[in-house]
Amino acid sequence: MAALIGVLALQGAFREHAAALARCQATVREIRTLADLDGLQGLVLPGGESTVMGRLLQEEGLLQPLASLCATGVPVLATCAGMILLAKDLPGFSAQPRLGLMDISVRRNAFGRQKESFTTRLPVREFSHGADDLIESVFIRAPLVTSCGAGVSVLASVNDHPVAVRQDNMLALAFHPELTQDTRFHAWLVRRAQALSR
Amino acid sequence: METGTFVIKSGLAQMLKGGVIMDVTTPEQATIAQEAGACAVMALERVPADIRAAGGVARMADPAIVTAIMKAVSIPVMAKVRIGHVTEARILESLGVDYIDESEVLTPADDRYHINKKDFTVPFVCGARNLGEALRRIAEGACMIRTKGEPGTGNVVEAVRHCRLVLGEIAALRALPEEEVPTFAKDIAAPLELVLETRRLGRLPVVNFAAGGIATPADAAFMMELGCDGIFVGSGIFKSSDPARRARAIVAAVSHYRDYKLLAEVSTGLGEAMPGLDISALSPEQRMQERGC
Repeated sequence: MAALIGVLALQGAFREHAAALARCQATVREIRTLADLDGLQGLVLPGGESTVMGRLLQEEGLLQPLASLCATGVPVLATCAGMILLAKDLPGFSAQPRLGLMDISVRRNAFGRQKESFTTRLPVREFSHGADDLIESVFIRAPLVTSCGAGVSVLASVNDHPVAVRQDNMLALAFHPELTQDTRFHAWLVRRAQALSR
Repeated sequence: METGTFVIKSGLAQMLKGGVIMDVTTPEQATIAQEAGACAVMALERVPADIRAAGGVARMADPAIVTAIMKAVSIPVMAKVRIGHVTEARILESLGVDYIDESEVLTPADDRYHINKKDFTVPFVCGARNLGEALRRIAEGACMIRTKGEPGTGNVVEAVRHCRLVLGEIAALRALPEEEVPTFAKDIAAPLELVLETRRLGRLPVVNFAAGGIATPADAAFMMELGCDGIFVGSGIFKSSDPARRARAIVAAVSHYRDYKLLAEVSTGLGEAMPGLDISALSPEQRMQERGC
């Protein structure tokens, strides 16, 4: 049975994630309302504008139900704005509605404005293997992690600042694998979802 | 480390999908737009309805307005330049705006050529009325397309026409036998390579928003239903009687464009929409959409 993965589809690059998941043989459901959470085995929090998603999540009454879903241990892949939604601490924007499930402090637009957006190739622990195996990483007005708790492992950094972190079932990336052909993060999500439901 | 590549420039537009980009003229309006859930704002000196009313030559906004708006919000800030005006674009790029709209709403600076947008690190969005225009703009380096519609009218009919035309031409292109594709490209005056890519993808190679005349949550949801990726609202919000509420309603309508109960709810008691204009009341010189094709 293909794993059923939900992609939060209130705003942002959900279509790109759906395409990457489909390449990993997952069944994809777009999440817009409470009813869409039923039976999900994995979750993607996509890139977009975190202020917009936070506001719509709150209006739709989805914050608590999504947090409960994550607490059951289903795997979560969060990219860019998704990382912001997961951050427990968001200095300067502490009132911004979000899930706040990950023990990380995140700085929004940490690299600057759009003209400072960049692509680089990074080693990512648990995902890339050896010095020659680098993962194409697209940073668009991206956030970064300024500090993280003991339960969080840092998988990749730029200028010593974490940009890929994992806490148990939740993987948060400051960059956009869904804009590249590299599906290994999506494959991780699908694998974990399948393992969990077995 | 690479900056200003097509992936990075078109990528920001991909992040804006399913969202609403709102025209604002002051930092206060920008804050209202951000609070209401705008995914970006367009910093302007005047909204299109006022540009239309003022007449004369409409130019890039005063950099003071653009920078004040950039300071006021954390979401992306866009700004408009006149068609072909390379220097206005370089000025906005130096200010650090996140997207430039090479826009027919302003008075064209070049009646023949658009800006070579590939030369810039900052990405560009351009208006288009049909597939040929859209692909010519993409060939020049535009990383996002929007319908032209007829700005500042509060009348959605032209945006609908342009959207249907682009999507209809793509559907026709997909149905063509292979040997007819080069002639199709010649007929719409677009590069064959982009025509082939569009045919393969079944959609434009960049994000495609609706713009020009959207005034209500129902208008916005309708443009999403037709297949647009998101919405620009120009005069529609800050020319209405309750901008904050209308802005929130349009954001919800775009996200939930097929949830008709919700659309009914957010459309209820919104107050006066902006005053509308019948397109046939405009003389050809008053039609902004004819500029720069």
